[in-house]
Amino acid sequence: MYMTQTLFDKLWENHRVKSLDNGQDLIAIDRVFLHERTGSVALQSLLDAGYAPRFPSRVFCTMDHIVSTHSARGKDSSRTPDGDVFITATREAAKTAGINLIDVLDADQGIVHVISPELGIVQPGLTLVCPDSHTCSQGALGALAWGIGSTDAEHAMATGCLRVKKPPQMRIEITGQLRDGVTAKDLALHIIKTLGAAGAKRCAVEYCGSAVRALSVEQRLTLCNMAVEFAAFTAIIAPDDKVAIYLNGREYAPDDAAWPAAQSYWKSLNSDADAVYDYAHTLDASDVAPTVTWGTNPAQAIALSDHVPAKSDENAKALDYMGLAGEQSLTDLSISGAFIGSCTNARLSDLRAAASILDGNHVADGVTAICVPGSMSVRRAAEAEGIDEIFKTAGFEWGAAGCAFCFYAGGETFAPGSRVISSTNRNFEGRQGPGVRTHLASPAIVAASAIAGKIAAPETSS
Amino acid sequence: MTPFIKHTGIAAPLFRDNIDTDQIIPSREMKSVSKTGLSSGMFAGQRYITGRTPNPDFVLNRPEYQNATILLSGANFGCGSSREHAVWALKEYGFRAIIAQSFGEIFYNNCVRNGILPVQLSADAIDTLGREVSIDLAAQKVDAHPFDIAKGDKYMLLNGLDPIALTLKNEDDIVAYFSDDAERRPWLY
Repeated sequence: MYMTQTLFDKLWENHRVKSLDNGQDLIAIDRVFLHERTGSVALQSLLDAGYAPRFPSRVFCTMDHIVSTHSARGKDSSRTPDGDVFITATREAAKTAGINLIDVLDADQGIVHVISPELGIVQPGLTLVCPDSHTCSQGALGALAWGIGSTDAEHAMATGCLRVKKPPQMRIEITGQLRDGVTAKDLALHIIKTLGAAGAKRCAVEYCGSAVRALSVEQRLTLCNMAVEFAAFTAIIAPDDKVAIYLNGREYAPDDAAWPAAQSYWKSLNSDADAVYDYAHTLDASDVAPTVTWGTNPAQAIALSDHVPAKSDENAKALDYMGLAGEQSLTDLSISGAFIGSCTNARLSDLRAAASILDGNHVADGVTAICVPGSMSVRRAAEAEGIDEIFKTAGFEWGAAGCAFCFYAGGETFAPGSRVISSTNRNFEGRQGPGVRTHLASPAIVAASAIAGKIAAPETSS
Repeated sequence: MTPFIKHTGIAAPLFRDNIDTDQIIPSREMKSVSKTGLSSGMFAGQRYITGRTPNPDFVLNRPEYQNATILLSGANFGCGSSREHAVWALKEYGFRAIIAQSFGEIFYNNCVRNGILPVQLSADAIDTLGREVSIDLAAQKVDAHPFDIAKGDKYMLLNGLDPIALTLKNEDDIVAYFSDDAERRPWLY
């Protein structure tokens, strides 16, 4: 009997070295990516145990999590007190292990999930793991990419494989088209709000449907980035011509000689029409509105035109933390911080969207506004278009690439109790600093809010 | 790694949903390139008032839960960041098992890799658990409540195995796979 297969099934089969007798499979790993915060300890621990990476050329390491994001940073500058030890230890271990290191002052440096696609390290059909929960972002290019712990990173480096039980699968189809002014970030928040913070049930999620096909590669990266925020194993989108065009000519992408064979493999990467999933949801893209979080997990979100839910036993702690009473509008809440950055929304298209709103405007008094591009390559491209000047003239700080204010690491941040609108991915208590109240939103909403000095939709501020 | 076979201990209740790894170990508490020295930073945001002054209201600071080795929680425990430091901190503090309605995927796997047993139980079953709880992994029971665990995870925990050494026993299969794959997808090598 012919069994239909999902894209995920096909990639799993392609990478299965063998089935183990304990219900797990031994899955071959094509790329391991590390960063200085959790990769450092994996690399050091691997070397201490007397192992070496099996394929050092297939292991990549960047410095992004706690590097200083000031423009004039040095090679060891950290935004975390005493964080330089992570940077220097990672550099030394990477050199000893002979892996590819993208160091702080290298032209290609940036956030792992921004530079991996930029450099063509992630490609359709390969397996990529990284000790970072937002590795699911990279499923946007049709790769099987998922976040792991440091111990599994050691395992992947030493053996070239991971022992994994195949997760269940969920298909999420987004029909129709997003309305004008509605972004991939709004879509991601809408999906999480609809299905709940644990709604993906540890599944491999395949995003499909007309609204997903219409997204650019950068927008798909934003959508897949947030999959971990509703408890997905990972997310994946079948690769299409947009992905091939995006990758063509990038440093680690297949070269001209290998391109036809790679193309022919990539074209085979899609789900059979009648493939079977454990769960399926269909959402209508036209129901998605500009969306902002009000609470302390990403599912606690509403359309900007809606009201925060009434106070209940379930949400009281979140409302109290956020300084909200319930049943109120988010618009008109004063903010004191605005941040555009992170692996979710710091690519060139994100900065362009924000710049188009900021152009000719200035941030409101009392608002600390910061933009940190996702990579040095994004930063250079933005500067070539004059986008940096628009940000700076509007009163934004303009940083060097890194994770920056997406999370608090003990150093510089917003003041306790301050309300911050942020293009990042987590609004947990204390995520951006002790007592800091984070509202997640798209770069466009962050820009409009920075100008207005309060949470605002782009339309109402122009 | 210490095998997990049976364990009886004090179970501390932390009944909230979506306790993320930022709460379990805040980024600012990850101070060295090491898997140790993390337990004093565990739950730092809730466990201390200022500096290292204990918050008397926090469950682990209450006299009846001193020496707790089991943690009880709600849905989606360990969601968020992949930082394995969360598990290393819990392990160093002395926790042997976490019992919750559901877990973050990466956190769950990190527990298994470090000899901590993650047990998924219904809210009703968790409600019946008292201050002292007994877990029998071979029988897959928490007190009288049965629980599910993947065969592979159970095997690793029961035997306290080093996964790398175990995987390398499949060396011939691994070499054969990569040799075939390098012909099938040469552009990736």
